Amino acid sequence: MINALAALLAFQLVGEALAHLLRLPVPGPVLGMALLLAFLLFSEASAQRLRPTAIEMLRHLSLLFVPAGVGILLHATRLAQEWLPILVALVGSTALAIVVTALVIEHSRRWLGLDHEPGTD
Amino acid sequence: MNPALTEVWVYLAATPLVWLTATLLAYQLAVLVFQRSGGHPAANPVAIAVALLVALLVITGTSYDTYFAGAQFVHFLLGPATVALAIPLYDQRRRLAKLWLPLLLGLMAGAVTAIVSAVAIAWSLGATRETLLSLAPKSVTTPIAMGIAEKIGGLPSLTAVLVILTGMTGAILARPLLNTLRITHGPTRGFAVGVAAHGIGTARAFQVSEEAGAFAGLAMGLTALVTAFVAPWLAPWLVGRFG
Repeated sequence: MINALAALLAFQLVGEALAHLLRLPVPGPVLGMALLLAFLLFSEASAQRLRPTAIEMLRHLSLLFVPAGVGILLHATRLAQEWLPILVALVGSTALAIVVTALVIEHSRRWLGLDHEPGTD
Repeated sequence: MNPALTEVWVYLAATPLVWLTATLLAYQLAVLVFQRSGGHPAANPVAIAVALLVALLVITGTSYDTYFAGAQFVHFLLGPATVALAIPLYDQRRRLAKLWLPLLLGLMAGAVTAIVSAVAIAWSLGATRETLLSLAPKSVTTPIAMGIAEKIGGLPSLTAVLVILTGMTGAILARPLLNTLRITHGPTRGFAVGVAAHGIGTARAFQVSEEAGAFAGLAMGLTALVTAFVAPWLAPWLVGRFG
């Protein structure tokens, strides 16, 4: 588990360094994820070793958003004043984004003849 | 409170231990409620834990800074957890190779829809300019969203809150919406939630299956990338049009 955590942190570190050096608009951890994926394609064994820790961490991904969520305290006044536009915009726009994304994927799968997936694992 | 208890409280409240422990306990309680509800999306663990902690901070008169001094240890793990998304994605590599074009089209359409509709709806209901600019990047993961908000003249800390609220909204709405549309394809469902509701949507997708979670995590990363390029010119243009 410590080995796996060290590997995840190392990829994050490389991601952060590259994003900063190359002035990329991507967050370091997202770049680290891409780098780790590329690495795993060459090393199946590493995926096996990282899997238990990674899956355990992702099972509790919700927990990691709690501290940032409590920051809602800092904006109580503005949220109280503009609650209606904010609430409607959040609900409406999030629902629209889900629906549009899903429909575009489903329709283009059909156009491209990818809607039957033989040998789905 | 009796004086001895008050003294212990004053001592402990100044250490990171109290709020770190409180964060974990609130989360465990929230997960218990979520499980008791039979995994109902409305019983979102993030929303419940945040509500419990906000109530606790208000009752004890504790500032967010004091709270965050303890909770930052949990917050820090977001970085390695994001990197860890590579593993479920690796497990889905064959389907990813096959589905990349539909996913890319869905990504473009969904990311732009999220920005335009958020600004348009909030403007039509009279939100202030600062709120509009802070809302534009709400569908992407917190660090990127805050960076975009800063660049375009929004309030980064307000954006952080709107991002979290968006995540909870998406986690709650995804299942009823996708069921109404009769979409059963796991990768499509996961990806749509990841585009609209970043990491919290991804966490929700992992509650359903590792397959949905993997595609949600991929969508989260790609939406961050697209929005980081598109929002800095699209959002000010939209707000200029409307405002």
